[in-house]
Parts: sequence; C-alpha cells; structure tokens
Amino acid sequence: MTEVIAPLEGAITRPITIDVNGTPRSAVVETRLLLVHFLRETLGMTGTHIGCDTTSCGACTVLLDGVPVKSCTVFAVQAEGHDVTTVEGLESADGLHPIQQAFHTEHGLQCGFCTPGMMLTSAALLRDNPNPTDKEIRWALSGNVCRCTGYQNIVKSVHAAAAILTGEVS
Amino acid sequence: MYPASFEYFAPTTLDEALEIIGRYDEGEAKVLAGGQSLIPLMKLRFASPRALVDINGVSELDTMTEAGGGLRIGALTRHKECERSELLHGRFGALGDAAPQISDPIVRNRGTVCGSLAHADPQGDWGSVMLAVGADVEARGPDGARTIPIEELFDGPFTTTLAPSEVVTAVTIRDPGAKSGGTYMKLERKVGDFATVGVAVHLSFDNGTVGRAGIGLTGVGPTNVKATAAEAALVGATLDDATIEEAARLAAEAAEPHDDVRGTVEYKRNVVRVFTERGLRKAAEGSTS
Repeated sequence: MTEVIAPLEGAITRPITIDVNGTPRSAVVETRLLLVHFLRETLGMTGTHIGCDTTSCGACTVLLDGVPVKSCTVFAVQAEGHDVTTVEGLESADGLHPIQQAFHTEHGLQCGFCTPGMMLTSAALLRDNPNPTDKEIRWALSGNVCRCTGYQNIVKSVHAAAAILTGEVS
Repeated sequence: MYPASFEYFAPTTLDEALEIIGRYDEGEAKVLAGGQSLIPLMKLRFASPRALVDINGVSELDTMTEAGGGLRIGALTRHKECERSELLHGRFGALGDAAPQISDPIVRNRGTVCGSLAHADPQGDWGSVMLAVGADVEARGPDGARTIPIEELFDGPFTTTLAPSEVVTAVTIRDPGAKSGGTYMKLERKVGDFATVGVAVHLSFDNGTVGRAGIGLTGVGPTNVKATAAEAALVGATLDDATIEEAARLAAEAAEPHDDVRGTVEYKRNVVRVFTERGLRKAAEGSTS
C-alpha cells in the first residue's frame, strides 16, 4: 500500500480502516486529517479534488455509505469502519460507469475539475430516482459548483446516464 | 486548511459521551454531530477544541417521532431526513418548508437540526422555525437532563444558555393544535449561502380566530429574533388584510439588521415585512382543519 505521508512524531493518531471502493484500506492517521487528505495524500488517490476547502463547491464530494458528503468537511477517523466510494470506484471491469460514459458523450465537462463530485452526486441521485426531471437534477446538483458554468451539458449527461441505467439505450 | 490537533472519541452511548466530556475542563471537549459548522470553524482555527466527542455512533439519538401531539427530533436527525419526512407537513409545515432551504443538498445529508440550534448562528434557519412553531431543547449534562424552552436558548451570536458540559439530545416541537399551519420563507443569493433574510411563521387557529401566533426572523439580529409584538397583534384576531399588514409592519420593526454585502438595513426590513405578509397568508391557507 502506498503511504505517501506519515503523521509527525508526537501527533495525536488513530489506526483506521476504511473500505474505499470495495477494498479495505488501513493506516495510522492524525485525528485531524480530513477525509479528502486521507484519500489524496495517504492513499495517493487524486481523483477526489479539493476546490474551495470551505464546504461550498462540492468538488471533493465522495459517497460515504452511499450518501454524498463533502470530504473536506468529514474527518478521516469518522469514516472508520464505513464505505467510501470515490470517482476511481465508478469504473468496473466492464468499463466506464454509465455516468462516466454519459459525461463523455454529452460533453458534461470542460476543465473537468468539478466532474468527480458531479458524477458521484449524480450516481446517488440516479440510484434514488432513476428518471429525474431537469428540475430534480438541478436541485440534486445544487451543492456542486461548475466554474466553467457547463451546467446545460451536465444536466444532459445525467439524463443520458439515466437512459443507459434504465436500459432505454445501451 | 488544517485544524489544530485534538483527541477523538466515538462513543456508542450517551452516558459514555458525557463521561468523556467530563474528563476535560469546561469547554475543552466539543460534541461532533454533522460537523458542517464545527469542522469549517476548526479549519479556520476559530475553534480548537482539545477533544472531539463524535456522537454519530450513538444510535439512541437518531430518532424522529410523534410525541404527545408534537414531534421529537433526536440529535442525529439530519436536515435531509426532515426534507423527506412525511411528518413535516400541515401542522408542521414550517419545518417541512425550511428543511430543503438549509444550505445545499450535500450539506443537508450530514448536518443536523439540533447541531444547528446548538451552533446558534443568527443566520441559522432552524432557530427561527423553532421560535415560530414553539419548541423545547432537551439536554443532558453531568447533573442529569433538563429542558430549555427555545425562547431561552439563544444568548447572543453563536452563544447559547447550554452549559459546555451539556449535550443536546433532542428538540421537541410542542403540540401546535389541531388547526394550525406554518411556513418558512428565505431569501438567499445562491444555494448554500446564508439567508439575507428568513422569516418563519406559524399560526394556530381557535374557532376562526388566531389562538397562537409565532414569528421567527433569521439574519436580522444578534440571534434569531422572535417578533413578539407582531405575534401579540395576531392573537385573538381574525386574519384579515389589516391584521396581516399590521403584524408584518411590527415584524419589520422587530428586525435589527445591519448593512452588509447582502443588502441594506432598509431593504432587509422590507423583506421581513413582505415575507411576514406572504408567510401569514400561506400559513393560513396551508393550515390543517
């Protein structure tokens, strides 16, 4: 396991095990370590982005036991014993997740910085509501900010992903 | 941004949580529930507790139930659960209308109603809602449990009458009566922003006249403001246009807003007036019969 950053000597630490994308990942971390830093720095998984670092932009969104949370506002120790899904966990042996396919075909991204958060929030939305309306998609994604303002295509992408997931198109 | 170091505890019972808090000097151990206000404050180093007592594993606090004509919302009830709850309509319409207007959907997945009350941000939405509908905060401390009427909870900006050693266990909504209704109106610049102005309104009717009126204001004072003069003007009255306009005028008078990036004093007062008027009409329309 890659352990990029170890806690400094004398720091207050705790051993944790978090199931990340189906694999248990263990490390001794500082209690103050944020979940996003655990993912990016301790595990070296940089798919989860840090945008505002102030609970506003949603770029760092991951699924905690299937629920979208801002990983800059959860401590890694709080995820001990829980399941975390990051953008790296969307792809499977069968290839890209329908949401990834749809963001690709519908050009649901410009710079791509907000995309991991957008896709994870969308994944949770489509699980709970397989055929959302435009309004429901915009409402669900209102905690995720796209600074390129590419919202039109993001909404189209979520519709396209819904169509794939419900078997309307392959 | 990195918070200062802290000891972390994840108790599974309330007794254990209280015991851990008791090991520290007053105010050194903070309760962590949703963390959507506390963690940002810690990252900014406005708060640097020596210990965090994470109550997310205390399952006895994760309840929302009907109780004696009212409701009991446990300390781990998240905004999202209120947004989806079938209970928060009609008589509890002020709560149901407020829930989807709290911050943004991802924050709502995590943040809690009781945490918001304990945080006591004058721009917090739940405080106004509770002042309007009528509620009591249940807290447990080293000396046992006590109940704090919501009217006595807020002591100043981000300050409550809770002792540092106390944990909020629930907020109970008082029985609003059979025929009653309410709403919450919020003006925000964008999703996730704090309220420029918010107004919570609740009305209980008694034989066609107003039996009880509650009006709570957000973002226009050092705490959530209870517009008591406006409430008094409504009690015993028939809800006609003149009564509504007078109550709205008195609510605007109760507001003590400041000029800031979100608007001027005059503007905010006007929003309070307009929202109170609209809110009263909506509360009456939406009231249960």
